[in-house]
Amino acid sequence: MLADFGYGILVITFLVSIYAIFASVFGQVKKSQKWIESSRLAMQLTFPLTTLASLVMIYLLVSNDYNVSFVYQVSSRAMPTYLKVTALWGGQAGSLLFWSWLLSLFMTAVTLRKWDRDREFLPWVVLVASITLAFFIGLNVFYENPFTRFWQTFSGVTPATFRPAGAIPFTPADGSGLNPLLRHPGMIIHPPMLYLGFVGFVIPYAFAIAALVTGRTDDRWTHITRRWTLWAWLFLSLGLVLGGRWAYDVLGWGGYWGWDPVEIAAFMPWLTGTAFLHSVMIQEKRGMLKHWNMILVILTYSLVIFGTFLTRSGVLSSVHSFAQSAIGPAFFIFIGLTFFASAALLIWRWPELKAEAQMTSVLSREALFLLNNLLFIAILVVCFWGVIFPLISELVTGAKVTVGPPFYERATGPLFAALVLLMGVAPLSAWGHSTLKTLGKAIVRPLVAAVIVMAAILVYFVLNPHLINGYFPYAVIGLFVTIMTAFVTLYEFWRAAEARSRAQKENIFVSLWRLAGRNRRRYGGYTIHLGVILMAVGIIGIEMFQTETQGTIAKNQSIQLAGYTMTFKELQEFDLLDARGAPMQNVTRATVDVHQNGQYLTTLYPRRDYYYDSEQPMTIPGVRSTMQDDFYILLVDWQPMSNIGATFKVYHNPMVNWLWFGSAIFILGTFIAAWPEKDPEKAPARARKSSLAYQPGD
Amino acid sequence: MKRLTFLFFFVLVLALAVGMPASAQSPNPTPSDDEVNAIARDMYCPVCENTPLDVCPTQACIQWRELIRLKLSEGWTEAQIKQYFVDQYGARVLSAPPAQGFSVLIYIVPPIVLALGVFIVLRAFRSMHKPLESSARETPPATTPDNDYLRRVEEELQKRD
Amino acid sequence: MTETLPVQEAPKRGVPLWAQIVVWTGLVVLLAVVALGLRRAQQGTVQPGEVIPDFSLTLFDGYEFEGKEKVNFSELRGKVVVINFWASWCKPCEQEAADLEAAWRYYQPTGEVVFIGIDYVDTEPEARGYLTKFDITYPNGPDLATRISQFFRIKGVPETYFIDRNGVLQYIQVGPFSNETQIRQQVDKLLNQ
Repeated sequence: MLADFGYGILVITFLVSIYAIFASVFGQVKKSQKWIESSRLAMQLTFPLTTLASLVMIYLLVSNDYNVSFVYQVSSRAMPTYLKVTALWGGQAGSLLFWSWLLSLFMTAVTLRKWDRDREFLPWVVLVASITLAFFIGLNVFYENPFTRFWQTFSGVTPATFRPAGAIPFTPADGSGLNPLLRHPGMIIHPPMLYLGFVGFVIPYAFAIAALVTGRTDDRWTHITRRWTLWAWLFLSLGLVLGGRWAYDVLGWGGYWGWDPVEIAAFMPWLTGTAFLHSVMIQEKRGMLKHWNMILVILTYSLVIFGTFLTRSGVLSSVHSFAQSAIGPAFFIFIGLTFFASAALLIWRWPELKAEAQMTSVLSREALFLLNNLLFIAILVVCFWGVIFPLISELVTGAKVTVGPPFYERATGPLFAALVLLMGVAPLSAWGHSTLKTLGKAIVRPLVAAVIVMAAILVYFVLNPHLINGYFPYAVIGLFVTIMTAFVTLYEFWRAAEARSRAQKENIFVSLWRLAGRNRRRYGGYTIHLGVILMAVGIIGIEMFQTETQGTIAKNQSIQLAGYTMTFKELQEFDLLDARGAPMQNVTRATVDVHQNGQYLTTLYPRRDYYYDSEQPMTIPGVRSTMQDDFYILLVDWQPMSNIGATFKVYHNPMVNWLWFGSAIFILGTFIAAWPEKDPEKAPARARKSSLAYQPGD
Repeated sequence: MKRLTFLFFFVLVLALAVGMPASAQSPNPTPSDDEVNAIARDMYCPVCENTPLDVCPTQACIQWRELIRLKLSEGWTEAQIKQYFVDQYGARVLSAPPAQGFSVLIYIVPPIVLALGVFIVLRAFRSMHKPLESSARETPPATTPDNDYLRRVEEELQKRD
Repeated sequence: MTETLPVQEAPKRGVPLWAQIVVWTGLVVLLAVVALGLRRAQQGTVQPGEVIPDFSLTLFDGYEFEGKEKVNFSELRGKVVVINFWASWCKPCEQEAADLEAAWRYYQPTGEVVFIGIDYVDTEPEARGYLTKFDITYPNGPDLATRISQFFRIKGVPETYFIDRNGVLQYIQVGPFSNETQIRQQVDKLLNQ
């Protein structure tokens, strides 16, 4: 009954968003503020509606209503309550609903802002938003209804939205349980963050389209959406990082990023989003690149939709995914319309998007930003081509190919290194014009410091020649670029803080704090750069200096790797019980002592869990983690009854913690940059000024 | 990059092997897990797509690894083993397509697009230098008065900061 | 974009025609590729009613078909063909292995039915062990380069395809058979056509 109610809510939401589409168009045609206002209210109404539908779904999940097929698929009685709630995004139908909910949240938030000065944008923003929402809700209503119930008919049990003739409801005793890989905390937060990032990019897109349609192609749309874009970007970054951490913790291959098409699908909008965040500054400062920014925003939104399509429609998945989804064709039509409409609008308004200034120097800040954009787009091209190529290859030659990490690493490695280098140089150049001389002058001190540190690192390697491997030349280049960029960035902080502290007679830390507070975007940006530098160090560490070994050992025997010795002590096998005392998962756990230079360090418990409800195993590594390195042990196999013992795979991952630490700094920097200023657009009289207040003095 | 260097390493090892045929010919009685994984990490089994062979836990992949071990113990080289797997199961077992036939495209398209991008950016540089002067001549205040005002406000703000 | 444009057009430079053509063709090509990929993904396996074109299977050592080490599908016209995809790592395949063999031995003397086993993504030593263990005598061979399975677009193993005397696919069994009768029912239906 409740399930029918939930479905009813979805249908109503769908109708309301369709109404919003028509009301906004009608209002625009009739020049009627009433209709436009009505469409805006309809837009706001979708949020309570999707909230209600989501709550109904969560209630069904928590109350173990296995009559509902989605609940049956992703939940089971053995699961703790918090997992039952988060199982909402553990399957196709539920995650679409969750996506719609987040989308309506964002859209409602944006329609609540003051529109006094942007009246002409409103109907178009509402239009784009409600089309997107109607599409996603429509997927739920027509193809992937999360409220589908099981029915017992003559021929067997079938899931259906409406009662088939003569059928009675069928309720299985227990659900099949959530995929154990999705029970990890990283995976619980990872999808919401990713979705928030995805839906967040709908807003800049909606404003960009509004700007194109209305012909108001000045910088207003970028000013309004700047902060929204930053928040979307923050969530997307967070989602990607959490995904990496999740892979490191539960996928059991000692890595954090496998260049899987699904990962790349989420990474591509991040690339264009990042490029946009940089190039939009050129538009604000110099009035240039208006075309390009439009293209980037449209591209980002398209990639969000396209990536979602690729990962959900089964286009990219394999012979072995039985989950064939019916949403493919609908998605395809939506994508086609989006691409064509955006491209047509852009071409139509192209002449109006004139640049207001000229490029005066190849070394100017704007020129370097352009180079930055070129590199991001180059990485995007590599990713896109790698994802789409197997599809083309199969169509043309009939044979499948795999495009795996070697391709991506080889192709993007130099581009990433160039980006880090650019990150070091660009902050030193000035808007308008720089010359080699001014640039050289600014870079000389950080460069000297970097050379000294690099020399120290090289001495360390000479003293520890066993660390030198085939990647060493690349590692040296990478490290040098990274260190130099680090010094430039720190020097920028220091130079400004010192100048201010001298002028204002303040403590240097106080100066730094106030400076950052006054110019959040700039210093938030530099903080993000610092985070990226730390991440780069971690990536160089694990990618180029990772060592691994595998061996089968008996009890009290050892495996040695990178100066560590792990000794197999014990193997236990037991059942974990759920709250009702029924066995939930079978755990095989090895006890391993870790020594370094004869000194006892710690005891680790690598394990393999087998979940009874979903009949799937999960490998959980034992990790000793320090800032210097991670010692990472996987239990691969075991012979419980014999004394052959167990097989372990051991990884030594130098510096990998810098990656996670750097990610935290990165996120912190984004917060600094995205945090609302005290009074953005409070009073109309000050509005004009405050819209500019985000960008003084860059 | 990692695999590139690995390949480099492998060529080095191969060169050494050619230099010392006697030692290369003697088959290893039981190749270790590490030797097997060194080859398996660059391969993908069609049963579990997107999981490298060296870490995939399915029965099919376990059998594949044992097959690699068998071939190694028979004295096969890494290249021979990979070729055997390609013949048996198709090019999809390799972590990157071999640069031959249609698959050449995957390696040549990105550099071409990058070159095109560089060209476009350079052109954009030049066009931003020159033709704007002509357009500026035609519509002298390329910026609206409104924008001019904003720019002045901005300058004010800059001075204050 | 071009600098050679007439001066009077300078302030209102639209997108040049060639660029528009490039953009639109690019979009159309991309969407076409995606559409074809999507169709392929949604197609599922080969459907009953489709005529199976020719393919050839090189048999494992020790297996032969009419004295040859290779089976050409086109040479099987006039016979009912049962194609079974299996693998030694596949547990459900073991359930049906004995039943398939029994059914084969039942029909073999008539000469009107051919059973073919296709070994999907398997390793040869284990595959041989499997064939010996279940004493499988009908022609069996590896699916080299996964060409045949890709052609049938199989979704997993075991899958069994029943093809009538005219080379038309009539029935697909996804997953294992639970007894010999099930297999014989399908074959008899085709024999009686």
